[in-house]
Amino acid sequence: MSALHLKKDDFKKKVLESKIPVFIDFFAPWCGPCRLAGPVVDELALEYKDKVAVAKVNVDEEQELAQKYGVMSIPMVIMFKDGKEIDRKTGFPGKDGFVEMIKKAL
Amino acid sequence: MTDNIYDLLIIGAGPAGLAASIYSSRYRLSNLVIGKLLGGELSLAHKIENYPGFLDISGFDLAQIWQKQVENLGAKVLLKEVGRLELTGEGENKSFKAYFSKNEYYQAKALIIATGSERRRLNIPGEEEYLGKGVSYCHTCDAPFFKEKTVVIIGGSDSAVSGAVHTAEFAKKVYLVYRKDKLRAEPAWINQWQQIEKQAKGETIYNTNVKEIIGDKTRITGVKLDKPYKGQEIISTDGVFIEIGGVPGTALVEPLGIKLDERGYVIVSEQMETNIPGLFSAGDMTNKSASFKQATWAIAQGAMAAASAYKYLKNTTAPAIRGI
Repeated sequence: MSALHLKKDDFKKKVLESKIPVFIDFFAPWCGPCRLAGPVVDELALEYKDKVAVAKVNVDEEQELAQKYGVMSIPMVIMFKDGKEIDRKTGFPGKDGFVEMIKKAL
Repeated sequence: MTDNIYDLLIIGAGPAGLAASIYSSRYRLSNLVIGKLLGGELSLAHKIENYPGFLDISGFDLAQIWQKQVENLGAKVLLKEVGRLELTGEGENKSFKAYFSKNEYYQAKALIIATGSERRRLNIPGEEEYLGKGVSYCHTCDAPFFKEKTVVIIGGSDSAVSGAVHTAEFAKKVYLVYRKDKLRAEPAWINQWQQIEKQAKGETIYNTNVKEIIGDKTRITGVKLDKPYKGQEIISTDGVFIEIGGVPGTALVEPLGIKLDERGYVIVSEQMETNIPGLFSAGDMTNKSASFKQATWAIAQGAMAAASAYKYLKNTTAPAIRGI
């Protein structure tokens, strides 16, 4: 299972109304560190299946979402819980950095 | 051989470390590359036109080719951050250990440290607060967020000037703020930047420092200069890209007693030996790179370090080398 690709139209249902925490990776195909983070995010989707929803937003395609959430630097991950942002991190901190964020949200 | 023991550990996955692995594998040394970022600093370069063999390639694409080459030759790249290095034993029993946690480690009889440099920060008010809210250390990643906006780039080296050229493809205005009176990037980059200046899309502010990044808490609104430019102390901007080079990333090897020069670079011999037998160094962190931080040069050092590690481990000169 790889991470869910989020679009503007399903953001409300899949993130804001989600019963479990949502981990979102804002990325773009032209960003080197994002391309490194990508496969790691897919691994997390599998490892935390049913506990955390792991998703990706392509900022090229979803500029409105990127703007709405103030994403001006990528890779950026934002953690949502109960419809609210609870944490965000800029840059790719390695898998351990992501896991740490997820554990805090659980 | 148990699965965490190698002939050689290579810490750092930039050009120096990857080249060291390619050479080591050809010498039939079992080796493992461990690094934080594939391609290291180079992976952040949006366009490379001076790497022989490629007319024009991004740093990240180049790094991926190297990784493939490393793997084709039988070695692995582990993208993870080493927490601590340890050196134990003497003579035959001497061993280097790279720890991730208390019980998770890799070990080898020789080690090449190629951890490059850490990005230098300005350490001014607002820099930390607005990281990801307009402050960036990766113009390749973030320039496209500033379409039709203003960006201030701080620095005057290759990465700053090439970053300014790249950012001008998106932004409506780019200011390059440099503390000295003359840019020190490659003339090819300076020429491109001058073209942008001619279109009034770019301006260089010389002999000036940014002393504060200001904003409205959610994003940057401007930078404060240490002296007025065209009568203004504040330049309104949406983004600040900091490209002021790096400091040698020696934190892992300092506890081992490695010798550094007065600027903090690892002192190496012509053969890339450090003062510690079995420990070699290559790339941007060595004193050989202090004034020339280029992938080609890092690669040459990585290859040499591999040859020296071979000599150290096998007690005989590496096959490709004569007379050392």
